[in-house]
Amino acid sequence: MSKIIVCRCEDVTLHEIDEAIEAGHKDLESVKRFTGFGTGFCQGKQCVALCARLLAERGGEVATMPITPRPPFHPVAIHALAQLVRDDDEDAT
Amino acid sequence: MIDREHARPPALPSAPLPESADVVIIGGGIMGLATAWNLARLHEGKTPLRIVVIEKGYLCGGASGRNGGGVRAQWASETNIRLMKRSIALCADFATRMRINVWFRRGGYLFLARTDERAKQLAASAELQREHGLPTRVIEPGEVKEIVPELDVSRVVCASWNPDDGVVFPWPFVWGYARAAVSLGVSLHTHTAVEDLVTEGSRVVGVVTSRGVVRAPRVLVCAGAWSPTITEKVGVTLPSKPHRHEICSTEPLKPFLRPLVGDLQNGLYFSQSMRGEIVGGISNERVPEGLDQRSSARFLGLYAKALSEAMPILGHVKILRQWAGCYDLTPDGNPLCGEVDEAPGLFLMSGFMGHGFMIAPIMGELFAKHLLFGEERELFDRWNLRRYREGKLLSESMILG
Ligand SMILES: Cc1cc2nc3c(=O)[nH]c(=O)nc-3n(C[C@H](O)[C@H](O)[C@H](O)COP(=O)(O)OP(=O)(O)OC[C@H]3O[C@@H](n4cnc5c(N)ncnc54)[C@H](O)[C@@H]3O)c2cc1C
Repeated sequence: MSKIIVCRCEDVTLHEIDEAIEAGHKDLESVKRFTGFGTGFCQGKQCVALCARLLAERGGEVATMPITPRPPFHPVAIHALAQLVRDDDEDAT
Repeated sequence: MIDREHARPPALPSAPLPESADVVIIGGGIMGLATAWNLARLHEGKTPLRIVVIEKGYLCGGASGRNGGGVRAQWASETNIRLMKRSIALCADFATRMRINVWFRRGGYLFLARTDERAKQLAASAELQREHGLPTRVIEPGEVKEIVPELDVSRVVCASWNPDDGVVFPWPFVWGYARAAVSLGVSLHTHTAVEDLVTEGSRVVGVVTSRGVVRAPRVLVCAGAWSPTITEKVGVTLPSKPHRHEICSTEPLKPFLRPLVGDLQNGLYFSQSMRGEIVGGISNERVPEGLDQRSSARFLGLYAKALSEAMPILGHVKILRQWAGCYDLTPDGNPLCGEVDEAPGLFLMSGFMGHGFMIAPIMGELFAKHLLFGEERELFDRWNLRRYREGKLLSESMILG
């Protein structure tokens, strides 16, 4: 059978989602951690809706969806983020 | 990655909650699960112990699923050095024993000193570590450069280096303990919250949960930063406080960074995970009080500034995700363990600061031996909550973040 990719950043397959659910992970946060979906470059923007639907179709807990989004909204370079520190911030040494 | 036969970490309560047990463990983080597994394992062959673990959320929802996975034996106190050394040995065997990949990588820990005073402290700690058989050495900036050529060492006086320290990926560690515990008969209930304690006089004899009451002669509080919210049900105020600690990771890079680099001056630390990401954080005193797991832009700024100064080449690398968890801070930097004098039947295993993950493999074992066979009296006396009443505080100066 050919592989069906559900999370393109982390190469997570439909098979792995099924396996996670079979292993007892029935809420989206747990499935995310078990398979790693949504932890790559897009941070779930492309896959979270699909994975939530797959979980719901397989009898998962859908009440608490979706997963906590992780900032930054888009990947940002470290030298740009360094500009966020205010000059008067005493903790910046 | 998943070994089918063994892929059974239950995420939802499958069975009804038992009405009684021999031991109830509050909290399904690494402490609770390591303790549960060790209790079950060490009691095998005898009348099985009925062990119930109650977790209010999903596995990995607490600090155990949010940490940096750093495991090191470079500490300043004799007890921490001794215990961490044993813990790291357990980490090294974990994958084989539990049949789960925990991405353990022994790249060492490199602690940078930027003042003479700090250099002296590191030298004294390194000597103590060598007395305990660790290969720790204090090295010159030149040698630091050999280990991590990309570091800017212009402000570095010296560094403390132990090549045997390492990093792990925390999640499979938690699942590994969970399924090993369950396979030995431990009853694990996620998505079930402890709401109150059942008492008879001052004695604690069970828990009231969102799914019913479980009575047990021993109730263990392994609730990490939430522990004070449990003990306050019986009027016991803990000296420990939750302190939000933030962390982030970058896009994956080709493996290039061998050790975890730590700077005790500003609390900056970073390492490269087996997935290639640079994972790290920094000390931040000014965070909202209490149990707060939100992320802040200020953290990103502080971390990014310190990191790009320590290793300028990382300036172009992008941060992908940030998150936060709570440290469980005690005033003297040492944990709160053992039975609570004011509430017999209630046992603590909390206050593990920012190093509860690395110490859990050994503390789970010692706590189980203490409960089952009365071993490790000295340690559990020293780390007992009563030291705060008696004014016998301890110390540890190599706290990071
Ligand atoms: C960002 C960050 C980085 C860190 N880095 C490191 C590191 O590199 N190395 C290291 O060793 N340590 C590190 N730590 C510290 C480490 O993660 C913790 O010390 C350790 O995970 C504590 O484990 P625990 O099981 O005691 O607590 P937790 O993992 O927090 O588990 C407690 C559990 O109790 C549950 N609970 C709470 N209240 C209730 C209730 N009423 N009923 C039922 N369940 C309840 C919670 O949901 C939680 O799952 C870090 C921590 C953070 C936040």
